[in-house]
Amino acid sequence: MRSFAYVKAADVEEAVRAVAADPGAKFLGGGTNLVDLMREGIERPDTVVDVTGLPFDTVDELPDGGLRIGALVRNSALAADRRVRTRYPMLSQALLSGASAQLRNMATVGGNLLQRTRCPYFYDAASACNKREPGSGCDALDGFNRSCAILGVSESCIATHPSDMCVALAALDAVVEVRGVDGVRRVPLTDFHRLPGDTPEIETTLAAGELVTAVELPPLPVAANSRYRKVRDRASYAFALVSVAAALEVRDGMVTQARLALGGVAPKPWRAREAERVLQGGPADEAAFRRAAEAELAGATGRQGNAFKAGLARATIVATLRELSTGEAR
Amino acid sequence: MTEIRMKVNGDVEALDVEPRVSLLDALRERLGLMGPKKGCDQGACGACTVLADGMRINSCLALAVQYDGSEITTIEGVTHPLQEAFVRHDGFQCGYCTSGQICSAIGMLAEHEAGMPSAVADASPLTEAEVRERMSGNLCRCGAYNGIVDAIMDVAGKDGR
Repeated sequence: MRSFAYVKAADVEEAVRAVAADPGAKFLGGGTNLVDLMREGIERPDTVVDVTGLPFDTVDELPDGGLRIGALVRNSALAADRRVRTRYPMLSQALLSGASAQLRNMATVGGNLLQRTRCPYFYDAASACNKREPGSGCDALDGFNRSCAILGVSESCIATHPSDMCVALAALDAVVEVRGVDGVRRVPLTDFHRLPGDTPEIETTLAAGELVTAVELPPLPVAANSRYRKVRDRASYAFALVSVAAALEVRDGMVTQARLALGGVAPKPWRAREAERVLQGGPADEAAFRRAAEAELAGATGRQGNAFKAGLARATIVATLRELSTGEAR
Repeated sequence: MTEIRMKVNGDVEALDVEPRVSLLDALRERLGLMGPKKGCDQGACGACTVLADGMRINSCLALAVQYDGSEITTIEGVTHPLQEAFVRHDGFQCGYCTSGQICSAIGMLAEHEAGMPSAVADASPLTEAEVRERMSGNLCRCGAYNGIVDAIMDVAGKDGR
């Protein structure tokens, strides 16, 4: 690993100033992604500012009935939080479906938001990758692209965002609080990550030096009946081929509220607003669930290795909604 | 160089390390603790699992400087019924993953005891399916999984879980 300077941040202003002033500086949380990328030579910071000593490691009640999750709360602690498990079960399930117990004990909420794609061409320095080396091309387009995205892609990049947690946060209307040299800004989770376009190396709407300090969940009664369902190549400890975060409220056979987001199919956590529109106010039956899934996947652009994801995503959406409508979800 | 102090297996150790040194390398190369293994060095195999302040972590993805002031337990500091249970149930073949498996299992049993849910179930009891899910971060390329699960179930049962 390349040599770098290490700074343990004692307060948030100092941390933000240090990274804003130095283009070669990066924030460090649990290290589960950044340390790996530094070892591979993909991330090459001159200075690493360790923020894990900052006091953002609690989950607190908000006056409106929502929850405020500190950016340094570990993934395992958030998954175990009784309030999360009761009010937003899909979030706990999403966290528990990701990585391994060891990694969840290390990884922070802020770091999870900022983790980078696991596209094999991004990791392989001998391959062309516009995200790693802008302008070099994309070997995934005609390569081994089984894991790659089918929605929101461009000719520059078809990599997926790897997070499970963020898919649930997208469905839950979460808001990200970020701190920069000019103060605090609040960004809806669905606007936090960017689609690749022709600049896939720019993955978020964060400005230089901005630090994620918290994620806020609004009160959302429908989320008590929610589920995160993940389909992958093995039963545990693998990234999603397709995942669905869904919350559903049904009254007298009709859908009164629906929240839906997809993982494993797009370069960002994919809020499925088309599907929600189709579901809203309609019957809570199999045919309607299928219409919603078809509407969301209508614009899918699969390639030779990942075209199967459209059908898999449709089937997973329908199965998840069926589970929620019949009260089978735990 | 940064000076760090850690309590490793009960002994206070002071080390000067470069920031890029992983906790795994500090334990193996500086303190001579060869129990934690460098399997993949990328957080995929679990052979480097140690306990940091009682929590199981992958020491290969941990920078040693981040664990200044922590209490670290490696297999060399462990005396636990799991060790005999792994022998009794053939919970290994080549043995390379075993130190990580046992450190991970100790952390796992403590997590379960504390009420940590898993992707399989929300609560007790600790079933075989639960053990497999909760231990999925530790790979065994010899495929001794059945013995590993039996060993853990044996010890978990005796603890009255």
